[in-house]
Order: sequence, then C-alpha cells, then structure tokens
Amino acid sequence: MLRNAFASAARSAPLRARYATTLSAGFPKATQRDSTKYGGVYTVTLIPGDGIGAEITDSVKEIFEYVNAPIEWDQYNVSGMSSTGETLFKEAMDSLKRNRVGLKGILFTPISTSGHISWNVAMRQQLDIYASVVLCKSLPGVPTRHNNVDFAIIRENTEGEYSGLEHQSYPGVVESLKVSTRMKAERIARFAFDFALKNNRKKVTCVHKANIMKLGDGLFLNTFRRVAEEYQSSGITFNDMIVDNTSMQLVAKPGQFDVMVMPNLYGAIVSNIGAALVGGPGVVPGCNVGREYALFEPGCRHVAQNLMGTNKANPTAMILSATMMLRHLGLDSLANNIASATFGVINDGKVRTADMGGSATTSEFTAEVIKKL
Amino acid sequence: MLVTRPLASAARSAVFRHSVQASRRYASSAPTAAFAGQKGPNGKYTVTLIPGDGIGPEISESVKDIYKAAEVPIDWEEVSVTPVLKGGKTVIPDAAINSVKKNTVALKGPLATPIGKGHVSLNLTLRRTFNLFANVRPCVSIKGYKTPYDDVNTVLIRENTEGEYSGIEHEIVDGVVQSIKLITWDASERVARYAFHYAQENGRHKVTAVHKANIMKMSDGMFLSACRQVAKEFPSIQYDEDLLDRVCLQITQNPRPYADRVMVMPNLYGDILSDMCAGLIGGLGLTPSGNIGRDASIFEAVHGSAPDIAGKGLANPTALLLSSLMMLKHMGLNTYADKIEKAALSTIAEGKSITGDLGGKSSTKEYTAAIIGKL
Repeated sequence: MLRNAFASAARSAPLRARYATTLSAGFPKATQRDSTKYGGVYTVTLIPGDGIGAEITDSVKEIFEYVNAPIEWDQYNVSGMSSTGETLFKEAMDSLKRNRVGLKGILFTPISTSGHISWNVAMRQQLDIYASVVLCKSLPGVPTRHNNVDFAIIRENTEGEYSGLEHQSYPGVVESLKVSTRMKAERIARFAFDFALKNNRKKVTCVHKANIMKLGDGLFLNTFRRVAEEYQSSGITFNDMIVDNTSMQLVAKPGQFDVMVMPNLYGAIVSNIGAALVGGPGVVPGCNVGREYALFEPGCRHVAQNLMGTNKANPTAMILSATMMLRHLGLDSLANNIASATFGVINDGKVRTADMGGSATTSEFTAEVIKKL
Repeated sequence: MLVTRPLASAARSAVFRHSVQASRRYASSAPTAAFAGQKGPNGKYTVTLIPGDGIGPEISESVKDIYKAAEVPIDWEEVSVTPVLKGGKTVIPDAAINSVKKNTVALKGPLATPIGKGHVSLNLTLRRTFNLFANVRPCVSIKGYKTPYDDVNTVLIRENTEGEYSGIEHEIVDGVVQSIKLITWDASERVARYAFHYAQENGRHKVTAVHKANIMKMSDGMFLSACRQVAKEFPSIQYDEDLLDRVCLQITQNPRPYADRVMVMPNLYGDILSDMCAGLIGGLGLTPSGNIGRDASIFEAVHGSAPDIAGKGLANPTALLLSSLMMLKHMGLNTYADKIEKAALSTIAEGKSITGDLGGKSSTKEYTAAIIGKL
C-alpha cells in the first residue's frame, strides 16, 4: 500500500521530505457508517474548546478555506469554564452523533468537587471512542534534546481511573474505583496490533503496573498477551514494561519504543513525556477513534490558558490533527499537501512560534503555511 | 494486624479530628519523622545496615570503608532480612526488626524480589512494619556523566502507604475488575507536612502538589485540601498545585525550573515521576532514596541486585553511598555528608576511576579508594 511505502521510506531516510502519511492516520477504520456528506461536501462538528482552542482552530479554518477543502463546519463554542454551557455541550454531542466526525480543542475542567465532570472524558465515554492515538515523532527543524523519536501511543480512552466512580466511605477516607474489563482490554490490544500492521511497525509494547495491581492491570496484560498470540504470524513482536520503568526509559532511550498500548491514566503520563521529547504539546497531533465516531484533537490535551488570546500558540498540533481527519474522510492528497506545507515551514525555521524558539505569532505561522500551499 | 493498624488509626483520628485538631497540629508540626536517636557511650550513633542481595554486600563494604576513612561517628549493626519461616509464614527475622526499631535508622542495599513465591514483598513488609509513609527521591545531575539533561535538581516526595497501591482489588464478574485507590486525610496530611518540613530544612522555598483532581475530584481533591491546610502552617514556603500531565511535560522539556521546589504527590504518580526524574540523570544507579517513617527511617538504593555481576567487584556503589548521605543529613551530620559528597562527585567528574556502568574501567575497590583519597 502506498501509505506503508511512504512510512517505511521515511523511516529509513529520516531527512527526506515528510508527508502526512508518516503521521499514519492509518488507524484501523472502524467507523461503520459513512460520515455526513452532501454533494461532495462533508459536514464536520467543530468544537474550538477553551484556552488557545479558538486561535488554533481559526488557523485550521483559514487553511481549509484557502485550499477549498470540501468541509463544512458545524461549530459549537462550548466552554468548560463554567457549568452553564451544558445545553450547548449537549447540542454539540448531538451534532457529533449526526456527523460522526469532529475536530476539537480541549475543554477546561474545574478541579473543585462542586464543578462539572470533565466534558472531554464524557465525550469519549458517550461516543465510545475507545482508542486514543498519539504520534510522537521527531520533527526536522524543531530543537529538542532527543532525536530519532518515533513511536505511537495507543491509549484506552473510556475506563480505568477515569471511571468517575468515587465515594467517601467515612469522613477522611475516599475510595476511587478503577474499572478494568477484559472486553475493553481486548479491543484496545487488537487496535494496537492492527495499527502496527497497517503502519508497518514492528513491535508493540504493553505498559502496565501489574506487579502492584495484580488483578486490574493483570487482566489488561494477560489479555494483551492472548491477543498478541493471534498476531504472531504477522511478524510483529511484543513485550511489556512496567509504567515507572517505561517513563525512565522514555527520557533516557526513547528510540526503543515503536507502538505502545496502555490503560487510560498511564496514557496521560506517557503522551506528555512523549510530546516533550519531540517539541511539546504544540506539535503533537492525536485522535480518538471508535466503531461509530472519530474525534480529532491535539495529542496531549492541554488547555494552555496562559497563552489564551495572545496569538502566540503553535497551531501545528491542530493542523496536523485536521490532516489526520482529512485522511479519515478519504481526502488523502489534500491532507498530504497541508501536512507537508506545515512540516516545510517548521523545517525552514524562519517562521516559528515561541514554543519552537521563534517569535512568530499564530497568524504569521498560518500565513506562512498558506504561502507554501 | 500490621496491615489493619494504619487504617484503624486513620479512622480513629478522623473521628476526633475536630476536637483534637489544635493539639494534634502542635504535636506533629515537628514531624514525628525527625531523627531522635542518641549517641552511644563511645560517642557514636548505631545504625542498622542491611547489605542486601547480589551486589549488595560489595557496595555496602564500599560505604563502610568510606565512612571509616571519613571518621563518621557511626557504628554499623549488620542484620539480614532474608525471610525465615515462623508459624507457617515467611517473615523478616525478629533480630532485624528489633535492630531497626532500636536504632530508628537503617541503610539498606538492594533485595532480590523472588517472583511468584507467594509472599508479600520484603519492601512492602518493611514499609508497613515501620510506617514508612514518605518516600523522598532527590535527583541531581551528576557532572561527568553526560545525559541529554544537565540541569536536573528535583526533589520528589511520594506518599508511600495507600493510593493506588492499597492492594484492594476484586473481580466483580468474569472479566470486570475493580481496583480501589484509597486516599485518607491523615496520610495525605502527614506526607504534606513532611514535604513542607523537608522544604524548610533544605532551603527550597516552594512546595508543589501534583495531582489529577480534574478527573479524580474526590480522592485527589482531598489530597489537595490536606496540602492546602498544611500550607497555612508554613507561611514562609510558597505553595501551588499542578496537573500531573503538565508536570510530566514540563520536567521532560526543561527540568531547570523545578530546582527551587519540593514536589509532593500520591503513591502512583510519585512512583512514575521519581523514576522518570532518575532517567533524566542516568538511571537508578545514581539516585538516592529515603523512606521516612513514624517509627524508623530506612535509606536505600532503589536499583536491582544485579545478580549477573555480583561478586565480581564491578558494581557501582554510588546510589547506596548517596542514600547514606541523605541518612547523615537526616541525622543532622551534615558536615560529614558534605565532605563525602564532594569527594564522590569530584571522583565521578574526573572520570579516571569510575565503574563500568558510568563508562569507566575501575573496580568497586578502585572507585572507593579514589573517593577516600579525596576526603
């Protein structure tokens, strides 16, 4: 397949021009029904989110307009800053259910117990978009401490520590439930191996803490091993690693990882370490995929309130997430054009946002990408 | 019994929290964990030494030699913690427990964890026996051992008794497991108080609580409220909170800003982050660790027992040596600690007599001798 050819070529010669395909939105296409499409135009739900969300989605909108992408946005300005947005949040959910494909920024979640639960998590659970895919790959032109980082993080998105089940059994004693099921462990393990197959990757590593959580993570690990047996003939190797050792190995020798699969909370940790290795949250795209829906969002899920409204945010993560979405819709060439223009701007190094050591604004970066298209 | 005791006492004190709060706060603002040992008639402190398995005896020997040369006023009391059978159960020998109880401070080498032998890990047993509630893990870049990061200076304090590691799990129906993360006010407050105390003693002016309270609102939320309450008692120390995600990201990107503070967090986050910080400076062979407890404090090397090089005289004693220096500071013997630390770090920085894992060719003995030569 063309995609695989590209991926392997790019791996053997890292300096060659990089296309969107190396970002491999070659995730298993589990979505069963087609997305909403009238007269060749796809309707996509857009939720800019809080913090820098509005600025970086504006950047995507400008680029899409310039290339005349056949996308019509169904925009909902949901905000998690207060709980009053609940009605709008529900409307956005209905829209997502209609359109089946969405692009979103990150919604703020209050910390206080009286605040609403995380709407980001609620979306993933309600739409059952169970697999989060985050790609961490060194970008030519981005100064980092490590190079040759290239791994994919597949994270279970709907259960585990994020079950939201907590109670105070006695004053001063709180229990928080982590729920692990064989069914969800199995489908995420399968997703990870399918992803490895489709993207020509060689090894799948299961990240866990089964030495302590013998039943919960034990179930995850044993299920992973059972699924791995079924993929033996494909030549994909597998191993497992305890999560504390994984984080140590990641910052010391990140080159050893290829595809990683893990329960929910460890995903939050590993994807942030991974993002830091390749240049920060501004350059790491991601998506959440389920059987029915696909929702694209920056890979490491930061609201970045401190940058809000300053026009300083790096829109790369959102642009690349949007190209993953285009490929999901079958618009591969458009996706490749936009991605390679973005990588080109970064590699040139003339127009860089602050997180990459430059002083360009979000809009200048966007303009430069458009110039390259 | 040992298992239920902390829970029972937590529950008990929760009942009386409101009535005894003032007095309890007074009693514990000088943390119960502070060293209270007395010098013996010969003017020396007695410290329990658990050499451990594998390379443990060699690296312990190295520490003893260095201490002798530096004339540190310490007498070692060597004990073994190899489990013995008692009443049908495998337990730590009484002699070891009594020794640690008496001396209230111990230095411990690596223990081989027998996998699948059906008994609780020795580390866990020690933790429960002596109420070791806080794990202190400093990570400082070591000059002469190059990693992509050369400006690491973090201190992380991890709650050590509950959280995700409570061990309460059950299978509800086939294929559905619940694991319970247990957070109690008392344990949270205790570790928070130690973190502030540590910050004050070690010249760090800020404490950051690391949490995931946007998702686990009640459990991590309670951990945060305990930290906030303790923070009020330490007006000279700044207090703030940060999400686990952001901390992972920012330390990996640039650890320098974390040099001014102490991080405190629940069990699992601490486990992961402390090893991540160790990774930044070159692994567990260079990082010390201390377990601070109510009844005793145990300082240890957290790396493995390396059975493959055991007995060959090649092991690197740095982690155990640095842990022992934390112990000296815990005991208030700072001048000795500083002297030995300087000698050890400059030996590594010179790079002439370092062990194989650091890229040198020297034996444990040669490395030890080089440090002694610099004292």
